[in-house]
Amino acid sequence: MDYASLKARAKECWKELEEFPEPLVQIGMGTCGKAAGAERVLATIEQTLKGINPLGRIMHVGCIGLCYLEPLMAIRKGGEPFIYYGNLTPEKTEKILSDYLLYDDPIPKWAVCTLGNGHAQGNGAIDGVPQFHELPMIRPQVRIALRNCGLIDPENIDHYIARGGYSGLQKALNMEPDAVIQEIKASGLRGRGGAGFPTGMKWEFARKAPGSIKYVVCNADEGDPGAFMDRSLLESDPHAVLEGMLICAYAIGAREGYVYARAEYPLAIRRLRVAMKQMEENGLLGKHVMGSDFSFHIKIKEGAGAFVCGEETALIASIEGNRGMPRSRPPFPANSGLWGKPTNINNVETLGNVSAILERGAKWYTGYGTEKSKGTKTFSLAGKIARTGLIEVPMGIHLREIIDDIGGGVPRGKEFKGVQTGGPSGGCIPSSLKDLPVDYESLAQAGSIMGSGGMVVMDNDTCMVDMARYFLTFTQSESCGKCMPCRLGTKQMLDIIEDVCAGHGKPEDIELLRGLSETVQKGSLCGLGQTAPNPVQTTLRYFGKEYEAHTIDKKCAAGVCKALFHYAIVADKCTGCMVCARKCPVNAITGEKKKPHIINQDDCTKCGTCYHACKFGAIAIC
Amino acid sequence: MRALDVKGFIGLEEAIELIRSEFEGRPDELIPMLQRVQNAIGYLPEEALLEIARATRLPAARIFGVVTFYAQFRLRPVGKYIIRVCRGTACHVSGSALILQDIQNHLQVAPGQTTKDGLFTLETVACFGSCALAPVVVVNDSVYGLMDSLKTRKLIEEIREKHGAIVARAGVEKGDRNGLRIFEG
Repeated sequence: MDYASLKARAKECWKELEEFPEPLVQIGMGTCGKAAGAERVLATIEQTLKGINPLGRIMHVGCIGLCYLEPLMAIRKGGEPFIYYGNLTPEKTEKILSDYLLYDDPIPKWAVCTLGNGHAQGNGAIDGVPQFHELPMIRPQVRIALRNCGLIDPENIDHYIARGGYSGLQKALNMEPDAVIQEIKASGLRGRGGAGFPTGMKWEFARKAPGSIKYVVCNADEGDPGAFMDRSLLESDPHAVLEGMLICAYAIGAREGYVYARAEYPLAIRRLRVAMKQMEENGLLGKHVMGSDFSFHIKIKEGAGAFVCGEETALIASIEGNRGMPRSRPPFPANSGLWGKPTNINNVETLGNVSAILERGAKWYTGYGTEKSKGTKTFSLAGKIARTGLIEVPMGIHLREIIDDIGGGVPRGKEFKGVQTGGPSGGCIPSSLKDLPVDYESLAQAGSIMGSGGMVVMDNDTCMVDMARYFLTFTQSESCGKCMPCRLGTKQMLDIIEDVCAGHGKPEDIELLRGLSETVQKGSLCGLGQTAPNPVQTTLRYFGKEYEAHTIDKKCAAGVCKALFHYAIVADKCTGCMVCARKCPVNAITGEKKKPHIINQDDCTKCGTCYHACKFGAIAIC
Repeated sequence: MRALDVKGFIGLEEAIELIRSEFEGRPDELIPMLQRVQNAIGYLPEEALLEIARATRLPAARIFGVVTFYAQFRLRPVGKYIIRVCRGTACHVSGSALILQDIQNHLQVAPGQTTKDGLFTLETVACFGSCALAPVVVVNDSVYGLMDSLKTRKLIEEIREKHGAIVARAGVEKGDRNGLRIFEG
């Protein structure tokens, strides 16, 4: 089928959906939605809707990014806009469906927002309910890579095509490959995996490399703990990524490609398989893509749980069936990659941007971002933040806008302490740098990195020494062991930090840690080791006082390092309500009703249950 | 609680047949082969590794090297319910270390071990990518978000109870790993 007929069919399908007169219920069925209980909600919707209106339709969508409201559904009936409801339970869902569909009461106090104008009556506003784009969480965002996430059925290729999908590929196929590379270069797109290497330049290297067999690899090995952007994008809009892969393959002259995806993401892998099958059925994958001379085949390789495989040369080794160990570069994969052939490796989000850039042009793309960091960046906002979610913001946005406006600040009256970006390769940025613009250069200057987009917010319950220990534990266990600085250096660093956390630290340990950090950074073979000291270095730089408190005063003010604090009950504040005593899993709290309780320090395991259970702030960290 | 999600496993001979019928034996198929066998049996027994060595014409030592390199592969049988505690950053700052410690105390196993009754295997995972719902605990393929120690204990006990009821109803002896296939809707 040629593109024009594909497009016509897709438009027809989309129009049918837009004009569908009966109730339409969308439910977010990404991994996050399911974890929050979307399956039970779906069962309720199925049952309730059947009773109310058997002609009603249920549509599974991906992640719209409002993760803190999962499970989330949107209802539309008879030309009205979609109304979104969050934090659903089966009971709540049933009431919303029956009240709105039967009695026309949308229950505004439960509604999150409305989306779309509806096609029957004017502006589609519902009193007291904001529009989607007006939500504080959404307003500062610009969705390019996530353009379709949560709005389309990821398993329906027509939805993707109807919203402009594959027009970028069609445009590319009518251009010279070099012109496609020029377009990507002009867009200023840089690798979204974290390092930020210019994508167009990378493609050019692969194109110019001699050889007739070349490969494209999509790096979907999102190993950074605290990051889920790539998973969400693959689950919610797999075609956007696959289209980017095709464009890349055409540009560099590859006929075969691989998606290297984490085995921990079964739903993303399933969605990719469904998408690829649909592409084949529609002449978008295989021989003569869209009737052209360009042919392309994709295989999916499941990773097996090794963080280092996110590194290009280790990833290649893993696809070839070996231990995923990196090798020294040069030669770069662009010249000698998979099976020694020129190989171009791009991250999921990078490819998601590629399809949009070809569709709408480099000039449009450069309208967003800063001089050196063009376009947008997705982040997974998590940790101690009121509104966790999947977000996409223009480069150069200030950290403050992300934390306060989009994320709604730190919940439960706690104090914002810092934010961790870039996972184990990144750093902890303190609250004093809240006005830092988020782009590759500024983050690097602050000692962190852009990374793939994990953003974990921390409050004053987070111990920064423990944070450094956490990341070192991770990098140390993920170190492949090939080069000495990383294998032994991270181990030594971890030993020192564990001593500090256990109360055996000495002030001179800190200097030792600094020196070791530099050695590991400079001497390691690949990115894993070179960046492993970042969390230690940034916490030393910005939170040096906590290290001093741990080594000199032997105190952990955040109440995390168990050897360095204990819980005690503040007699003045304790109302004697017995809640802590009841909840204590080891029965370490004794006391009578209406009289201050006592924690038996010998039995206490410092699990923190009482600290979080007390409503009166009567449990103190000493 | 949601429906029980129980893994049904096949026998070793069947798994070896899978290796022969589904793969050509190319070296780059090594990791997919290992994944296929582990999915089918729950772990990688020595006989299966030797069969894979024959099929791929690779030295068994190399296969063992690959198996021990990747966190996903297990060399020991697993329990019916694999409890995986996410140790990602968001889960860490939200207290997943405490949950892990509590499960260890409760089930008397360390990560990587299986309870004596063969019901639960405890594992940790670097990150599940469900950070918005941290802390996350995954039992077989079901993801449970916003957990704490108490909720996790309750979940484990409910599974134990439900499992007992299903076994009683199905009349299947405990420990019959190869025969038990239970899916309750």
